[in-house]
Order: sequence, then C-alpha cells, then structure tokens
Amino acid sequence: MGSGGSRAAQVPDAERIRRETGFSQATLLRLYHRFRALDSNKKGYLSRMDLQQIGALAVNPLGDRIIDSFFPDGSLRVEFPDFARVLAHFRPVDDEDTGTRDPMQPEPLNSRMNKLRFAFQLYDLDGDGKISRHEMLQVLRLMVGVQVTEEQLESITDRTVQEADEDGDGAVSFLEFTKSLEKMNIEQKMSIRILK
Amino acid sequence: MTARRAEAELSDGLSPRPLERICTRDSRPLGPLLGPWTVAVLLPGGPCSGPEAGLQWEGREEASMGVQAAGPLNPWPWLLLLVALWSSEATSALNKPTGPPAQQAPGAGLASGPALGERITVFELDYDYVQVPYEVTLWILLASLAKIGFHLHHRLPGLMPESCLLIIVGALVGAIIFGTDHKSPPVMDSNIYFLYLLPPIVLEGGYFMPTRPFFENIGSILWWAGLGALVNALGIGLSLYLICQIKAFGLSDVNLLQNLLFGSLISAVDPVAVLAVFEEARVNEPLYMMIFGEALLNDGISVVLYNILIAFTKMHKFESIEPVDVLAGCARFIIVGVGGVFFGIIFGFVSAFITRFTQNISAIEPLIVFMFSYLSYLSAETLYLSGILAITACAVTMKKYVEENVSQTSYTTIKYFMKMLSSVSETLIFIFMGVSTVGKNHEWNWAFVGFTLAFCLLWRAISVFALFYISNRFRTFPFSAKDQCIIFYSGVRGAGSFSLAFLLPLSLFPRKNMFVTATLVVIYFTVFIQGITIGPLVRYLDVKKTNKKESINEELHIRLMDHLKAGIEDVCGQWSHYQVRDKFKKFDHKYLRKILIRENLPRSSIVSLYKKLEMKQALEMAETGALSASAFSRPHQAQPSQGTKRLSPQDVASMRDLLTRNMYQVRQRTPSYNKYNLQPRTTEKQAKEILIRRQNTLRESMRKGHSLLWGTPAGAKNIRYLSFPYSRPHPAPGDEEAAALEDADSSDSELSFAMFHAYSPARSLQERQRTQQITTVKSLNRGGKPSSSGYQISPSQEEHVGRSRKALRPKPLFHTVDEERESGEESGEEASTPGAGQWAEHGREPSRPLLRRK
Repeated sequence: MGSGGSRAAQVPDAERIRRETGFSQATLLRLYHRFRALDSNKKGYLSRMDLQQIGALAVNPLGDRIIDSFFPDGSLRVEFPDFARVLAHFRPVDDEDTGTRDPMQPEPLNSRMNKLRFAFQLYDLDGDGKISRHEMLQVLRLMVGVQVTEEQLESITDRTVQEADEDGDGAVSFLEFTKSLEKMNIEQKMSIRILK
Repeated sequence: MTARRAEAELSDGLSPRPLERICTRDSRPLGPLLGPWTVAVLLPGGPCSGPEAGLQWEGREEASMGVQAAGPLNPWPWLLLLVALWSSEATSALNKPTGPPAQQAPGAGLASGPALGERITVFELDYDYVQVPYEVTLWILLASLAKIGFHLHHRLPGLMPESCLLIIVGALVGAIIFGTDHKSPPVMDSNIYFLYLLPPIVLEGGYFMPTRPFFENIGSILWWAGLGALVNALGIGLSLYLICQIKAFGLSDVNLLQNLLFGSLISAVDPVAVLAVFEEARVNEPLYMMIFGEALLNDGISVVLYNILIAFTKMHKFESIEPVDVLAGCARFIIVGVGGVFFGIIFGFVSAFITRFTQNISAIEPLIVFMFSYLSYLSAETLYLSGILAITACAVTMKKYVEENVSQTSYTTIKYFMKMLSSVSETLIFIFMGVSTVGKNHEWNWAFVGFTLAFCLLWRAISVFALFYISNRFRTFPFSAKDQCIIFYSGVRGAGSFSLAFLLPLSLFPRKNMFVTATLVVIYFTVFIQGITIGPLVRYLDVKKTNKKESINEELHIRLMDHLKAGIEDVCGQWSHYQVRDKFKKFDHKYLRKILIRENLPRSSIVSLYKKLEMKQALEMAETGALSASAFSRPHQAQPSQGTKRLSPQDVASMRDLLTRNMYQVRQRTPSYNKYNLQPRTTEKQAKEILIRRQNTLRESMRKGHSLLWGTPAGAKNIRYLSFPYSRPHPAPGDEEAAALEDADSSDSELSFAMFHAYSPARSLQERQRTQQITTVKSLNRGGKPSSSGYQISPSQEEHVGRSRKALRPKPLFHTVDEERESGEESGEEASTPGAGQWAEHGREPSRPLLRRK
C-alpha cells in the first residue's frame, strides 16, 4: 500500500544495488527515502548520530552494536549502497532464490549462512572468528536485567560457552555457533517482512 | 417518507418509555429484598468489617474467615468468593422462613421512630433514600470482588477469558435470586445503557488504540470492520428470515425487519478477549490490528444499524416501507457515521487545545479529558449522530496532544480512570447477563437457536474469506489463510449483543424472549467454547511457538536475534502509507502542534522527551546509588558462585529460566492492550534500565574524559554520542588535528595512570578499574593516602564498593574502550561487506598504539 513507483529514478545506481541485494524496486525506493529521512542535514551519507537519533533504537539493548554493524571498521559514514547491503541480510528468503541460483554467483546476502554470520559478528567484537568467554559475558550483560547478579551471569556465561564449545578451546567458533542453532528456523528469525 | 421522519422515529426508538415500564415494574419490591442479601455479599470482602459487628451473620462470617486464613494461600480467593455467595444464600435462607416482617427486622426497630410521633428520633433508617446508589455500589463491589478472586488464582486467567468468569458469577447470583424468588435487579434499561454504560467502554477502546499501526492498516480495517459487520448483519438476518418461512418451526410471525434487526445485533462481535490471547502468542501486527479495529468499530456500526432498523420497524407498524425509505436509511447510515466522526474530531481538538492552558491547575486535567469525551458523545447523540463513533474519534484525536500537554500524574490518572470505568461497565453488563440467564423469561425454539448459531459461524466464515480475498489484492503483505482462520475464529460475541437484544422494545417484538435466548446461546457458545480454545488454536497454528527451546545457547542467540531484528526494523522505519503520513506529519508540525501543544515543551516527539526525563532520572539514581541498593539485595549474594564445575541438568534448567525471565523483552510496536487491566509497565522499566546502563557508559567516558580528553572540543561532543564516546578520537583519515589532540591525551593519561604501573598487565582490566574507583573513594576519605592502599582496605568495604560499582557499571571503563575500538576493526572483516576493506587500513593504524599503551 502506498507505493510511489514513479520516482524510482531517484535512487542512484539502483540496478547494481538491486542485483547485489535482491531488493525489489519498491523496497529499494522506500529504503532510499528512509535513508534520506534519516540523513538529518542532507549530507548524502549517514553518521552514527543519525542512527542514534532513532528513538526506539536507544532502548534496544543491542542498539550500539546494531549501529556498529553499519559502520564497518571505524568508518564514520555509511552511504546508501552499504546501508542497503547491511539491510539485505534481513530480506526474507524466497523460494525461487534457492532453486534457480547460479552456482557461480556468490551466495546471496540473505542466505542462512550470511544471516548467521551477521548475528555472529555482533558477539565477536575482536573479529578473531571466535566468541570468547569474555565476549559472551559482555553480550549477556547487555541483554540481562539488573536482577541477575554478576556471579550468576558469570556462571551462565561459563555454561553457555561450555555447552557450545566442542573442541574445548574455551571459545565458540562460527562453526560451533551454527551447530548450536541447527534446529532454529534462522531464515524466519532473521527476516523482516517489509524488506521484500 | 423522508429521512426527517426516520430521524424522528429514531429518537423515539431510543427513548426508553416502553422499557422503563418493564424495568420499573420489577424494581418496586427490590429495596427491602435486596438489602440484606447484598450486605451479606459485602461482608467477606473486608475482614475489616469488624466494627460493624452486631449483625446476625457476623459470627459465622468471622469464623469461616479464620479457617481460611489458617489454610494454604492458594484456595483463598475461591473460598472468599464462595463464602460471599454462600453467605448470601445463607442469609436469605435465614430470612426467608420468617417472612417479610423479619426481613425488615434490622430496619423495623430503628425506623419505627417516626411512627411514634413527631419527636426527633435518635436512630433512623431511610433505605429508600439511598436505595439506588446503594445497590449500584454493591453491584460494582460484587463485580470487583469477583475479578479479584479471578486474578488471585494464577493459572485461571491463562485458561479462560475473564468474561467467562463474570458470566459464571452472574449466573450464580442469578440462580440465587431466582431460587429465592427475588426479582432481578434493575441494572439495565435503555437510558442507563446508552448514556452511562456504553460510553466508557468505547472511550477506553479509542483511547488505548495504538494509533500508528491502526492508521497504517486503516484501509483494511475499515473494509473489514465496516463491511464485515454489514455483510454479517444482512446475511444472518436474511437467512434467518428464510428459515422463518418454514412452517414446521413455528416462526412464521417473525417478519423480515425483525430478523434483520436480530442479525444486526448478533453480528456485533466483541473480540477483546481474543486480543489478550494474541498478545501472549505474539501474532503479527496487522492481524492484531484487524481484530483490534474490529473490536473498536464494530459496536458503533452495529448500533447505528440497530437504531435505523428500529426506526424502520416502528414505521412499519403504521405504514409500508417504500424503496425511498430504504435509500434514506442507507444515506442516514452514512451521515450518522461520518457526522459522528466529524463531531468527535472537533471535540478532540478543542479538549487538546484546552489542556494547553492547564499547567497551573493540573488536577483538573483528567476532568477535561473525560468531560469533553462525554460531551462529544452527548452532542452527537443530540443530533442523532453516532455518539459511539464520535467518542472514539474524540479519544483518538486528543490522545496524542493531551498526552504531551498534561502532567505525568494526570496522564496516569487518565489511563487508570479510563480502564476503571470501562471495566466496571463491562463487568456490570456481563454479570447482568449471567443474572438474566437464569429466569423464566426465555423462549426456547430449537430451530431458531440452532440456525442462529449455525448462521453466525457460516456468515462469519463467508465474510472473512470473501472480504480478505478482495482486500488482499490491494495489500502489500496479504493475510495468509492461517491469519484468516484466526480472524474467523475470533468472532466472539459479548456484552454489546446482549445489551442490544435485551433492550428490544417488547411492544414491537412480541418474540423478544426468543431473541434474547438465542443471543445468550450464541454468546455462551462463543465466549466459552471459542474463547477458551482460541489460545491453543493460535499456538497450534503458530509454528514458531511450537518448537521448544532447548539450550542456553539457543535461548540467548534467539533473543539476540529478536533484538537485532527489532533494531533493524527501527532503522528501516515504517513505510506503509508513506506519503499520506508524511503529509499529515508536516501539517501536524506546521499548524496543529503549534496551536495545541504548550509552548514551553520541546517540539520533539514524546519518545525523546521521555528519554530526556529518563536520562535525568538515571543520572540521579546512579548518583545516589539507588539502583545498586535495590537491585543487588542480600539474598542474591548468598548464592555461591558456581564456578566452572560441571552443572547438573537442574542447574542448567534454572539458568535457562533465569535467562528467560530476565533477558530484556523485545520492544513491541503495538503497545500491550488488555481490556480489563493496565499492563504493568515492564517495558518502561526495561527502557529505563537500558538507558541507565548507557548513562553509565557515558559517565565512564566523562570521567575518563577528565584524564584523557580534558579540554578537547571532542569531549563536549561526547555527551551527545551517548555510548560512543570514543568514536570521535578516532582520527578520520587525514585528520591531523585530532591526532595531535590524541597525543596530548596520551601523555595526560600516562600521568594519571602512573600509579597502576606496578600491577602486571595480565591483571584483568576490570580489576584495575575497580581499584581505581576504590582509590578515588579512599583518597577522598583519608585525605590522599598512597594509591596502593586501595587494596588494603577492609574486605567488606572493598566488596561493597566493588559491588556497587559493578552494579552501576555493567560495562567497565576499559572494556568500553576496547569494545568501541575493536568493533571498528572487527566488522571490517565481515565477509559480506566487500566495500569495507578500504577502511581497514585507516581504522587500524591510529587505534592500535593507543590500545597497547593502555
């Protein structure tokens, strides 16, 4: 409802982004509008400030890390193609994608693996491909209310790492991470309906 | 016959004259009869009724209370309820054999004063004087007690909707009244219902409507709620009329209009009970809004239809209806609806405007809100417009502005008062429905009842699937067959249908009793059978609810993903009806807000205002240490650390429980809605907690700022970055000034941290952090002793300080720094972001040395 297809031409480089992300024309246009709405002083890119001004994100326990994932590697700005690329992880998996995909092409951004990797990098702050006990504890601290004591948190962390850790190195690798989520319907959990 | 005539007829239809006769006929002997009975109900409610001892049943009452108090806690509410009912039975049983004189015994002795002569009496009893308010009060109290009992039991509310219980209580009371040959109480007549009971219910629905999702789906909601009600009403009416043509059923005296009228009242669904189920099952938002919209608009549409049909029926008594009348009726239907909405909007704006000036007399703010809503209802009714739609529109319109204008306490008052009023109204209707179930005024006709039930289900199914089939073509995200099944199943009838059926004028509807009976059957069927089974059905259909979480890892990761998803959704924003909403927003900002909102308020959204207030509060709380004191109470400390030893399955289970209970809930865009109760404000509490944590991070950075970034312009900017205080010192490529500043900072930092050089670098950063805190405290206390004394203080004190610091600072200072810096590097390696590579070189270079230095 309420599509505005007439102004599709406004999105710069639309075709390339669409090919890369798989977004539909309408979705891309809407994302572009959103991008420009977030861009407070029409700079053409988004700064951290712009994203931090989203009210609901301020009360998201993971707000900072989510914003971080838009700013890879300490960059201070995100431009539209990168913005769309990050969001493309959350595009729902549609059926024709899996069947007709060219094996030569790289995996689409919204594949199960990429979705999982996106979640994984929220834990793995130092980027060594492993969630250390310390990193796990940090995430738990962010997500658990103040009613839980530090001792309880620590023991939960130990238990969590222990549970997933198969090779006994005291950290959770990406492989172990995927294994622990084997039974979960990640495709559904990590998809947003509006990002068709 | 013109519309004008129809109007006049309509006004007659609303006037309660024939009904009043019915009701007042019953109410005459009620005073003395109901007196003792209701007092008995009141007694068990308060053990504090001691001072009024001396009544004859007091002794028994107290004894049974004692027994209950000694018993286990669980059955308490039910015993309470049972005792309430039992004692009422007992007293009426006690009174009955002694006959009427004994019934008035408590009063007779006292009230005999005036009979003796013209002297002033010491005691006097004038029950007639207080009768009506007295009985109304007792009814409301009975309803409240029933609700208390219901909610004291833990599992019951999850098992069945509240309306079930209210009906059961009503039926029990009705059975008692019937068994003791009393007449049913005069709770309802047309005046009372339309003027006092209905408006609060509708007002509450409108006020608590989640505005944004509602308007995002407004097309589908109007289509479904409006047309759905019409299709149902006409469909049920017409098909019942066909059934009535069959001679064998003995229904041939029910004409078409009466059938249509019955159809219109029976099609008023009241799916609020369903909403509670939805909330728990977290169904998707459009589905939730469909049902909410239906609950909100359905009453209005049914009542308008009902009134018009009543007018037609009256007209039909004298002359035949011509096609032009039907057309006039249709036009009237539209005018009544649109006019009502228009009236509501006007009144909404006026009341918003008035609250602009109430800053000095905030005590009357709630009054303004309620009076204007009510006034919109009454004014619309005066003009024969739909008061229900008017009050809904009024509530929706003013809510947004009023919330920003009034004080926080007034806002809370408004919310609670609204809930209370609507809850009382509905409870009364349900209880009264139960009461009137038991009685002689029923006419059971198998065919009529059976076919009504069948047609209700059939037409609901038809309307759902047909209307959604059409509307799905225009929706970006169509409703799935599963959604439609749930909508079909949520067609629970409620108080509205019953009231309308009960208020049918007997003079026009000789078979009113049959209508009432059929309505009751439909309500009972839908409330009890559908209401109780819809929870399991939704859970069964909803696949994602069925898989049971098994490990802590899954629990944690899934929650993380939920938060992530919610966050990304926020980044994407909402975009249905994009342009319309944008235009309205512009208009709103340009004109409406300037006129309606107080000037001294910031012109930002309420979220940011709330955030600001919370920030302030968070700072204060952290300042006083209130948080650490309350959050880390002694019992928690007693738990030994479980260390790294292997854990038993029970421990794992308890950990999982702990996590499930304590992990932050994912923010919901649709605010929780419960017809009967205000949700505990967990989300607000949670938001506060998160903000406090961020605040702490900020405070850390500011404190660090004293040692590291003192006097740099970046330091001032940090405040706005909340938890990203270190994004600024990252020198942007080629930003030499920042690099220079950082040099200055680092020398500064080495100075201030010089005392820690003795500690091995292997020591955890957190410990160092703690030490620093202690040192600060100590040096304040003891006047600047050597820094190493930080570890020589008494263990208890150290523990205390450490603990409180930890509580306040879930993200210790140095960790924060690490995190912020490293997150920059880490995400560069995210495989899915090819463009990121180029940043890696720049990002790493300047940050590394500083990290090492630490």
